[in-house]
Amino acid sequence: MIYLTRRTTFSASHYYWNPAWSEEKNRQVFGRCANRNGHGHNYTLEVTIEGEPDPVTGFVVDLKWLRDTIEREVLSAWDHRHLNLEVPEFAATDSVATIPTTENLAIAAWRRLKPSVSGADGAHLSRVRVYETPEIFAEFRGEP
Amino acid sequence: MTAYFGRRYALSASHRLHTAALSSEGNKAVYGKCSNPNGHGHNYVVEVLVSGAVDPETGMVVHLTELDEVVHAQVIDRFDHTNLNLDPLFLNRVPTTENLSKVIYALLKGALPTGELVHVRVEETENNFFECSGE
Repeated sequence: MIYLTRRTTFSASHYYWNPAWSEEKNRQVFGRCANRNGHGHNYTLEVTIEGEPDPVTGFVVDLKWLRDTIEREVLSAWDHRHLNLEVPEFAATDSVATIPTTENLAIAAWRRLKPSVSGADGAHLSRVRVYETPEIFAEFRGEP
Repeated sequence: MTAYFGRRYALSASHRLHTAALSSEGNKAVYGKCSNPNGHGHNYVVEVLVSGAVDPETGMVVHLTELDEVVHAQVIDRFDHTNLNLDPLFLNRVPTTENLSKVIYALLKGALPTGELVHVRVEETENNFFECSGE
């Protein structure tokens, strides 16, 4: 089994805010990340595909196809956007929000990629890793 | 639903790879210049990977600042800018990066604020790294 990883980057802004909590509690838990005007990061998105190399091409998956898929499913919606305001999976209602933490970005990227990648010949999505900074990352390996 | 959270920390320390079990020539043969008597140093990177459920209220597997406090208290404050050979944990253990990753894993296992320790990866240089995922 071979694991092939494609790395891409995107830049976006966000803030951490739980609408069910008071302002004080949001500040206490999230600190500066709760500043309501948001802040931004240069994220790195790593997508890992698991499969056997095709006997004819030697590829687990075509890298151009993978790049185009990541671009279409994730980057076109997230890059140079405000995650809380412009990305549907993080849009808050009055009481509930999926906070755009690095953990939740990894889960959301997985869900965006999974249907397309499952369609690739014999290969499947193994892991999605999102770096918020070079020192902080989160990873998702699929639903149970 | 399980997700993974990773965090990288910098740690600078010196060490000498040398074992009393081997002769001077034996140490030189196995460890080469890493066995030079006065030791040498590295800028290590310690990567800690934690797994757990994403808390629906915070969106987090583990709170970054709480994890930082534990890793600093258990690992960084202990080893940063020290000579690893002089730490009691290396009295009977050669401070290879393999052993450093095992020692750090043991120091952190059970000390995390939330979540499970998945691995400790220690990068000795940009080109060498070692991972411990427990027994």
